[in-house]
Amino acid sequence: MTTISLSAQDLGLAALLVLAVALLSSRLELGVGRRMLIAAARTTAQLLLVGLVLKTLFAHAELHWVALLACVMLLVAGREVLARQQRRFVGAWGYGIGTASMLLSSFTVTILALIVVIGPTPWYTPQYAIPLLGMLLGNTMNGVSLGLDRLTHQVWQERASVEGRLLLGQTRHEALGSVRRDAMRSGLMPIINAMSVAGVVSLPGMMTGQILAGAPPVEAVKYQVLIMFLIAGGTGLGTAGAVWLGSQRLFDERDRLRLERLSAPKPS
Amino acid sequence: MTLSPHRGVRVPNASQIAPARPLVIDDLYYRAGGPLSLQVNPGETVCLSGESGSGKTLLLRAIADLDPHDGEIRLGDTGQHTIAATAWRRQVGMLPAESAWWGGSVREHLDGAPSAWLEILGFTAGVMDWQIARLSSGERQRLALLRMLARQPAALLLDEPTANLDPGNSERVEHLIAAYQRSKSAPVLWVTHDPSQAARVSTQYLQLSGGRLIGPEGGA
Repeated sequence: MTTISLSAQDLGLAALLVLAVALLSSRLELGVGRRMLIAAARTTAQLLLVGLVLKTLFAHAELHWVALLACVMLLVAGREVLARQQRRFVGAWGYGIGTASMLLSSFTVTILALIVVIGPTPWYTPQYAIPLLGMLLGNTMNGVSLGLDRLTHQVWQERASVEGRLLLGQTRHEALGSVRRDAMRSGLMPIINAMSVAGVVSLPGMMTGQILAGAPPVEAVKYQVLIMFLIAGGTGLGTAGAVWLGSQRLFDERDRLRLERLSAPKPS
Repeated sequence: MTLSPHRGVRVPNASQIAPARPLVIDDLYYRAGGPLSLQVNPGETVCLSGESGSGKTLLLRAIADLDPHDGEIRLGDTGQHTIAATAWRRQVGMLPAESAWWGGSVREHLDGAPSAWLEILGFTAGVMDWQIARLSSGERQRLALLRMLARQPAALLLDEPTANLDPGNSERVEHLIAAYQRSKSAPVLWVTHDPSQAARVSTQYLQLSGGRLIGPEGGA
């Protein structure tokens, strides 16, 4: 089976659906019609742009170009993690903790998968490396931002209890134990949920895309299982790293809780 | 006795000091201000008062090493920063004004507390099976004292330990603290706004303002 190529006319027909929703919004005075059209235009422009970037990259499959794009993706993901925090670590730590833990987890797991599991030649072949890293970063970013947000929120809520434990002579690890466990759990929950319902409630996007593009379903499934496991590994490592780094930063060398290292909560 | 916020406040009767360790604070600068120097001798109680924001709680927090500070704090010959923070906090027990509780039952917190102490505070042994979530604020306050004492600290920092209690229970708390202090010859630093309580329990009643000792309460 070969891929059926989509023409501009095909996409135009799909765009009519968006237009219809925008008209409906205007009739019902929902006030989101304009935003819907702008969002649709953005989606088209952004995806076309990334398509062009990938096309160029695939034509020049050199390590430094792949590494450059990977770094841009990482920096944007780090920015996104920061934006999702209610209480951020002040200074460079706010950006650094999330970015460093994603660098460690996503890059390690992606490189491991490329070299040991998939084995393309060369190992950084962009057709494999970039989508794989994208999937890993996207999901690890969720885990890391959920874990960090939970850590800082919870430690603020339970500061009296954490300090109460310190006053009884507990170490920072004992005093923060339950908070850290909660933070880890919330970082891991999305991927556990996704793995639990994959194929039953939802068909994962990557697998659907591969099948639509003409891949045999069993091949698509194998790739999807691989991706799920890699994401679970990456998210676990990334969340653990971020929660560990964050916990270290919450205390000083005398095991004092230093909440002034967190910013005031973002207005919601 | 002379008083100087710079050179320190000596608790009187130095000739009767028990061979336990004094709590010494020398030239302390902390979040509320400073400098502050103070010595609380073994077996003696210094009460502190002062307006809200004068630095009473912050002083206790600095002594317990919960907040960053400059200056010297020691218990006898043991400097605060010469031992691990955990070891220091086990020796210098601080009872915060609002006690924090976690977990299911009282037993998780109080294992090892002598039953005689429970009786002094008006509890029976059955209190061990009480659920934390069902404790009243007064019960929490009394049990928090027990929890701290059960770890056998050598010095006590008490932040309004009877603030939420009725007169009967206040008396019980004072009684237990006095008994513990006698048995250990522990120096005690006690924040209270109640002059009659200070008169009952303390050898000195000092006033704090802007993080500095400004003299005895009610005088200069």
